[in-house]
Amino acid sequence: MTEDQVKQIVIDIITEIAPDEDTSDLKPEVNLREQMDLDSMDFLDIVMELRKQHNIEVPEEDYPKLASLDSCADYLTPKFNAK
Amino acid sequence: MPTPDLNGQHYEVVIIGAGMAGLAAGIRLALADKQVIILERHNASGGLNSFYSQAGRKFDVGLHAMTNYVPKGTKGTPLIKLLRQLRIPYDALDLCPQNGSRVVFPDCQLGFNNDFAYLESEVARAFPKQIDGFRALVEEVRTLDAFNLGAIPTSARQAVQRHINDPLLEDMLFCPVMYYGSAQEHDMDYGQFAIMFRSLFFEGFARPLEGVRVIIKLLQDKYRSLGGVRKMKCGIRQIHAVGDLASAVELESGDIITADQIISTAGAVETARLCDDQPTNAANDNIGQLSFTETITVLDKQPADFGWNDTIIFFNTRDRFRYARVENDMVDPTSGVICFPNNYQYGEGRQLEEGFLRVTAMANHDKWCALDEEAYLAQKAFWYEELQKVTLSLLPTPANGLTLDAQRLASDMFTPRTVRKYTGHLNGAIYGAPNKIKDGRTHLKNLYLAGTDQGFLGIVGAMLSGISMANFHVLQGD
Repeated sequence: MTEDQVKQIVIDIITEIAPDEDTSDLKPEVNLREQMDLDSMDFLDIVMELRKQHNIEVPEEDYPKLASLDSCADYLTPKFNAK
Repeated sequence: MPTPDLNGQHYEVVIIGAGMAGLAAGIRLALADKQVIILERHNASGGLNSFYSQAGRKFDVGLHAMTNYVPKGTKGTPLIKLLRQLRIPYDALDLCPQNGSRVVFPDCQLGFNNDFAYLESEVARAFPKQIDGFRALVEEVRTLDAFNLGAIPTSARQAVQRHINDPLLEDMLFCPVMYYGSAQEHDMDYGQFAIMFRSLFFEGFARPLEGVRVIIKLLQDKYRSLGGVRKMKCGIRQIHAVGDLASAVELESGDIITADQIISTAGAVETARLCDDQPTNAANDNIGQLSFTETITVLDKQPADFGWNDTIIFFNTRDRFRYARVENDMVDPTSGVICFPNNYQYGEGRQLEEGFLRVTAMANHDKWCALDEEAYLAQKAFWYEELQKVTLSLLPTPANGLTLDAQRLASDMFTPRTVRKYTGHLNGAIYGAPNKIKDGRTHLKNLYLAGTDQGFLGIVGAMLSGISMANFHVLQGD
């Protein structure tokens, strides 16, 4: 699993939980909350879908690591590859 | 009689109550693949915002208007957030905006609708010396961190008086906010005021054509489709506590269901009294003091045929608006709410088949519950007429000679006794306990409150409450 694939998985999840958000032109280094109308409840859902769809656990103290697509890729790619 | 399919069952989460808060919490937990069961004492969902049928007609129990209305595509508002959290599409709610509403006091009226600019222009017209203060108040309300679950309550009256020094304008703003609604007499928490002010005035009113059952059925269907279990006519007799944890619920039938966590929407005081480690008079100082009566009149003409186009009228006929428990009589007809469910923009070719007029006023729970059956019916008949009279005194006389009496097809009326009977909420207090438990915590570590007594009011508020408490206490840090 490459970092780009992981970023796409995160984008797909966002599209699922927030279908009214425009995910077409996201800057990977910019915080997701600055580019879209996402709040802490939405991030809870991203974590929920990572668990449901991919069996990946994200503990509460690691939620800030999902701030941008780049940080998601840094944090999640090893978890995907450890499965 | 314990039933084999319930007795001895274990669920990760038990939810007490299939009202708006319970159903919304259930959906969130089912989305997260939790094993969840919703237990409801009544045979219908909806709780304080339920529905029923009588003589072939459909009625809503509480719905005048769904507040927090915003058009599709609006971002960041409570309604949009909850639709996203519940994975329900906006169009499924069939939200039709109001025509327009009024606050009617002796010698002064303020109109408002789903466009805030209209209310602002009305305040400028009726209270030109207060308009700057009004704008400052609006700005403060807009930016307040009203949903802060840890905030200490402060006086809304004092906060408003920092900006507005005309008591009439102050009262005219508090009247709709309190009726929609406040569990406290005379004053309310400023955070609560801000939440309600936004939901009524910055956002607005809407109603599905078929009424509240549209919303309830949507929530039920979503919950079921996610594998959630819901059992009706399953009232709770006790919550068993072991140390500082809730271990199980015992139903009226004797069935015992164990749970890792429990979310109760029965009310703060009601829930405390269900716990077997609490005295039967627990939380006596937090019982809701405000209860209401409401008349429903069915007409063979549309309200517009009478010349009545308002959606909601918030009225007061006293010198000084009084929002407090009724002391000396069965009903206080000097203030209340008049609602015409027909007067929403349902769209081309869509309207309610019959005309409806709903009139709400405060009522004394103890006096109503003390009546024997014959006296109860007699008092209902008397106060029904009194509330129709008040309404007619506030509305323009129909130019075409139509009268309520001549056009009436049917009527119904609920009293505090009705609310108490169907929802179990003490004193029939629709807005619940005066002191809200914003973080939803109880004396037991795994028992949480959601719904009216957690503090978010109204249909949208209740759903958000269920969502927030499920997210915060069960799903987060999972």
